[in-house]
Amino acid sequence: MTTTTHDTHHDAHDDHHHGPAKGIMRWVLTTNHKDIGTLYLWFSFIMFLIGGAMAMVIRAELFQPGLQLVEPNFFNQMTTVHGLVMVFGAVMPAFTGLANWLIPMMIGAPDMALPRMNNWSFWILPFAFLILLSSLFMEGGAPNFGWTFYAPLSTTYSPDSTALFVFSVHIMGMSSIMGAINVIVTIVNLRAPGMTWMKLPLFVWTWLITAFLLIAVMPVLAGTVTMVLTDKYFGTSFFDAAGGGDPVMFQHIFWFFGHPEVYIMILPSFGIISAIVPAFARKPLFGYASMVYATASIAILSFLVWAHHMFTTGMPVFAELFFMYCTMLIAVPTGVKVFNWVATMWRGSMTFETPMLFAVAFIILFTIGGFSGLMLAITPVDFQYHDTYFVVAHFHYVLVTGAIFSIMGAAYYWLPKWTGHMYDEKLGKLHFWCSVISVNVLFFPMHFLGLAGMPRRIPDYAVQFADVNQIVSIGGFAFGLSQLIFLAVVIKCIRGGAKAPAKPWEGAEGLEWTLPSPAPYHSFTTPPEVK
Amino acid sequence: MAAPGVSHRKLIIGLGLGCVAMFGFGFALVPLYDVLCEKLGINGKTRSEAASYSKVEVDEARTVEVEFIAQVQPGMPWEFGPVVKRMQVHPGQLVRTEFRATNHSAKRIVGQAIPSVSPGQGAAYFNKTECFCFNQQVLAGQDSASLPLIFFVDPDLPASIGTLTLSYTLYDITDKSLGGAIQAGAAK
Repeated sequence: MTTTTHDTHHDAHDDHHHGPAKGIMRWVLTTNHKDIGTLYLWFSFIMFLIGGAMAMVIRAELFQPGLQLVEPNFFNQMTTVHGLVMVFGAVMPAFTGLANWLIPMMIGAPDMALPRMNNWSFWILPFAFLILLSSLFMEGGAPNFGWTFYAPLSTTYSPDSTALFVFSVHIMGMSSIMGAINVIVTIVNLRAPGMTWMKLPLFVWTWLITAFLLIAVMPVLAGTVTMVLTDKYFGTSFFDAAGGGDPVMFQHIFWFFGHPEVYIMILPSFGIISAIVPAFARKPLFGYASMVYATASIAILSFLVWAHHMFTTGMPVFAELFFMYCTMLIAVPTGVKVFNWVATMWRGSMTFETPMLFAVAFIILFTIGGFSGLMLAITPVDFQYHDTYFVVAHFHYVLVTGAIFSIMGAAYYWLPKWTGHMYDEKLGKLHFWCSVISVNVLFFPMHFLGLAGMPRRIPDYAVQFADVNQIVSIGGFAFGLSQLIFLAVVIKCIRGGAKAPAKPWEGAEGLEWTLPSPAPYHSFTTPPEVK
Repeated sequence: MAAPGVSHRKLIIGLGLGCVAMFGFGFALVPLYDVLCEKLGINGKTRSEAASYSKVEVDEARTVEVEFIAQVQPGMPWEFGPVVKRMQVHPGQLVRTEFRATNHSAKRIVGQAIPSVSPGQGAAYFNKTECFCFNQQVLAGQDSASLPLIFFVDPDLPASIGTLTLSYTLYDITDKSLGGAIQAGAAK
C-alpha cells in the first residue's frame, strides 16, 4: 500500500512536467482543469442522451390519445427522471465543464484554484446518477412525483425509492457547491496581473454570479429533500397537515431554491452568447458594463419572484401583485441583454459559422421563451395557463433553445481550441438546421395545446389534442435524432480534421486564443500580462 | 499571478460557512413561514385555542354566509360531515352547530381534524369558542359521535368578505397519537 501511494506521488510529480498519464487512471486521478472539463462535458452529453431517450418514450406515448406503450405510473417516472437528469445531469454539468475548460484560460490562470476538490466534485456525480437511474429498475419504480417533488406526492404517496432520490440529490448538490466554491476562489484569486474586474470576459462574470447563486440555493434544496426524507421515513410533519405542517410551505421552500436555479441554468448562457456574437459580428460587445449589471440584477431579482410558480395556491391578492410585478421587472435587465446583443450585430461584418447560427437562434428563441414567461407572470391569465402545456412550451424554449443551444454554440466555438482540429462545418450546419427546425416543430405547437387546455404530466389526453400532439412528437423524434449528428461532429473533430490555428475565428477576443490549438495540457504557468 | 487579496483558505472557509448558513436558512423558513402566515393572517389557518366570547356586539344589520365542508383523508374508514352545510349568521352572534363522525371499521381509530378558512384573510375573524378540532377524536370500532362547534364571526370582518367557508380535513393519527401508542403497547 505504501509503495503504491509513493508511486502515485511519483507519477503525479512526473505528470507535472510531461503531460497526462496514460490509460484510465489519467481520468480517475486527474486534477487538470482541462481533463476535468472534458469529463464534465462527456458526462453531460451522456446524460443528455439518456434524458433525451426518456423524452422519446414520453413523446411516443403521447403520439396518440389512449394508452399504448407504457403504464401511467411508468410515464410519470419518465417525466420525473427526464426532468431531473436534464436539469442536474445535462445542463448544470455542461456549464461546469465549460467553466473548467475556459475560466482558467480566460483569466490567465494555470489551473483551477482547488484541483483536488475539482476531481472529487466531478467523480461523485456519476454515482449520484447511478443511484437515481438504478431506481428505475427497482420494485416500485423510480420517483414518479415530478422533478419538483411536491409534498404530499413525494411524502405520503411516493414510491420506496424516494430515499435514493433524496440521497442522489444530496450528492448532486454537494458536487455543484464544490464546483461553485472552486469557481469563485479561482476567479477571485487567480486572475492574471492587469485582469481587473471590469476586464473579465462576460462568461467569467456570469459564472461568478452563477456560483454565488449556487451557494445560496443548493443548500436550501438539500434542506428541502431532507425534510421530505424525514417526513416520509421518520415521522416528522414539515409538510403534513395532520401533524401541524403545511404542504403549501413545501412549494415556498422548493421555489425559493427553484427560481434562482432557473437562472443558474441560463446566466452562463448569457456569457457564452456575449463571447460568440462579437466574434462573428467582428465588433466589440455593445454595453459591456450594462451586461455585468444586468446579470447581477437578474440574480438579485431571482430571490424575489419564487411565488409566481404558485399563483393558484390561494395567495392573497397583494402577494400575487408583488410577485407579478417583481417577475415582470426581470424583463428589464433581460431586455438590456437582448438589446446589447442585437446592437453588437448592428452594422457588424457578420458571418454565420455554426457557433454564430446557434447564438442567433438562441437570441430569437430565448426571447420567445422570455415572452411566454411574461405571459405566465400575469397573475389573472396564469390561472388559465397554470400546469398546462403552455408552461411546458415556455420552459423548454428557455432551457432547450436557450441553455442547450448556447452550450452547443459554445462547443462549436471552442472545439478547435480543445481538440486542435476544425470541426466539419458542413455537418455542423446540418446539425444546426435539423435542430432549429425540429425544435420549433416540437415545442411551438405546445403553446397552442396549453392555451386549449391540455394539462401537463398526463399519459393520455382528450381526442381534440391528437393532431397537434402527433406533430409535436414528430418534431421530438427529429430533434432527438439530430443530436446524433452533433455526436458525429464532435467525434470526427477529436479524431482529425483541418489543423486549427491558435485563433480560428477572426473576430474572437480573449486570452484563450493566445494559446496554441490544441491548448497545451498546462497553460499560463507564468501568467500573461493583461494591458 | 496577481497577489491574492484574500487567501484561498479564508475564501473557502467563508464560502463554506455561507453554505452552512443557507442550509440552516432552509430550515429557518419553516418557523418563519408559520410566523408570517399568522401575523399577516394569510393562509386560512384559524387559531388553535378557544376564543372568549365577551362584550361582542351583534351586528344585526349584516348577514354573513358560513359554509361547512368536510373531507376525510383517502383510505381512512370514517364518514365525517357537517349536520348543517350552510347558514346565515350575523357578525357577533354566537352560533352552535355540529359535525357527525362515524367509524366504519372494527378498529379504534384516533382522528384529528385540521381546519382551514377560505378566503384566507377571513381566518382571523372566525372565532371558535369551542371546537372538536382543539382535541383528538377517538372512536371505537363502528362507533359514531356528534362533534360540537361553537363560533362567532368578528364584527370587524372586512366588508369585502360575504361568505366564509370553513373546511375540515380529517386525518388518521392513530399511529402518531399518544392514545394510539398506548393501545399498541397494550396489544403486545
